[in-house]
Amino acid sequence: MIEIKNLYKTYDSANGPISALEDINLTVADGEIFGIIGLSGAGKSSLVRCINLLERPTSGQVLLDGKDLTLLPRRALLEMRRSIGMIFQNFNLLEQRNVIQNIRFPLEVSGTKKGPAAARAEELLELVGLTDRKKSYPSQLSGGQKQHVAIARALATNPRYLLCDEATSALDPTTTQSILALLKEINQSMGVTIVVITHEMKVIDQICDRVAVIDHGKIAEVGAVSDVFTAPKSQIARELILPNAKATEAITGGEKLRLVFNGESSYLPVVSNLIMECQTPVNILYADTKDVGGKAYGQILIQLSDDERQARRVLAWLEESGISYSREGSVEQ
Amino acid sequence: MEFLHTFLSDMFFKLWDNGLIQRGIWETVYMTVLSTVIAYIIGLPLGLTVCVTAKGGIHPVPWLNRVLSVVINFFRSIPFVILMVAMLPVAKLVVGTSLGNRAMIVMLVIAAAPYIARMVESSIVEVDAGVIEAAQSMGTSNFQIVWKVLIPEARPALITGAVISMVTILGYSAMASTIGGTGLGQIAIIYGHQRSNGDITWICVLLMVVIVQIIQEVGNRIARRTDKRIRQ
Repeated sequence: MIEIKNLYKTYDSANGPISALEDINLTVADGEIFGIIGLSGAGKSSLVRCINLLERPTSGQVLLDGKDLTLLPRRALLEMRRSIGMIFQNFNLLEQRNVIQNIRFPLEVSGTKKGPAAARAEELLELVGLTDRKKSYPSQLSGGQKQHVAIARALATNPRYLLCDEATSALDPTTTQSILALLKEINQSMGVTIVVITHEMKVIDQICDRVAVIDHGKIAEVGAVSDVFTAPKSQIARELILPNAKATEAITGGEKLRLVFNGESSYLPVVSNLIMECQTPVNILYADTKDVGGKAYGQILIQLSDDERQARRVLAWLEESGISYSREGSVEQ
Repeated sequence: MEFLHTFLSDMFFKLWDNGLIQRGIWETVYMTVLSTVIAYIIGLPLGLTVCVTAKGGIHPVPWLNRVLSVVINFFRSIPFVILMVAMLPVAKLVVGTSLGNRAMIVMLVIAAAPYIARMVESSIVEVDAGVIEAAQSMGTSNFQIVWKVLIPEARPALITGAVISMVTILGYSAMASTIGGTGLGQIAIIYGHQRSNGDITWICVLLMVVIVQIIQEVGNRIARRTDKRIRQ
């Protein structure tokens, strides 16, 4: 279990201290895939580096299985880092080492004997499906292959945790899918707890169980992915889920409703029922439905007619049909 | 041979027959190589220390970094001809004499070590910070980062730097002959310049050019062969 308590991080700059993280409190349970999402500059990279102390928090605690990492002496910290693997946006492979030597690197560093180290490296190579590229150098691999090698390398010392810092951000959609599938597999078959840092909502949808939304160095909200997805409480979460909402706001003026669908109701033709039963036109500003954990979730942003009677009819119909919605017109975007 | 006599002075043949030119080549090569090796023994750790202790390095020690930087810059800013004369007492202290090749090697090392330290520093700085961070995330100690990440990852640049340093030292070794060093530089000065045999000067120049070419070619080949970043 990873617990972050009252964590603050400030950087010194020429113009005085800059606060990167403020009062962060998070708990990542064993076996889950935990997402941290935010726009660039929100502090998510600093946050993930505070977990393995690549960056030292200015104050606060980072507890790994109850042990405060910030209090560990250097040697013990190095030892502890072997139980926390990490992968990066730019893969960060050693350019002068081939694939198998890269995977063996953490084992060499931890003083594992040559025989077992070689066996372990072969095993991981097989796990990531790159047995045929064993002797290739990073410059000969594609981005996706490099990330596979990086994952194998991160897992070499049998870590219980894996930190992913924008691990798919430099990859194309197909490769992203294969990396996400591999992470999911590692989580399920090896029981590795994974923390995923990303700015892409789709990464969170696909593999995370829970998500924390971070904005300007503070946690805006935390919850199960399906909850945050269907009913985002914070402004920033709404923006991340509906990246275009801001733009549509500017062009339209009438009352807008955000219809939120969960599991069952997204299979119903809600919008056409609404139009037919209320006998009123609606303007669909934005629609997005996704498959989250086997269930369908979705949101539709509609604009009602400016006729107040018709609008009230729509609201009444929605109440009656038990469809959750929120009034967007009243919310500052 | 008759053909050569029309171009070259009798002095050249006298020197050649006595083996002086051959010895000059050997002395130049040996002084250059030995000085480079010793200068690296000092310059490599010095350059690494500067990198490691720099702000943003893997183990920042600002005061040490500052001191080393000042010392390196101090020696780097003195022209070799002047440094050479100024360091004569140091040579005497180290090798017991301020004359001959042993003393010259001391001068060359004093001049080259700071130069090499800067070369090493610029090569090491090029190593991707992300790779260092990845190594740190695996619990790699700073010592291991130096040996297993910084040096191997910078290897091609380090080799290229060594080639440049060696060529510079070769040039210095010729200058050293003005105050008693031997080698091709001395032959050019004594027999070429002072006794007005232009051909001898030019032959020494030619031989130096050939030595530089060989160093450059061999060095680049090694650098290229060891660099794994090139797509095969």
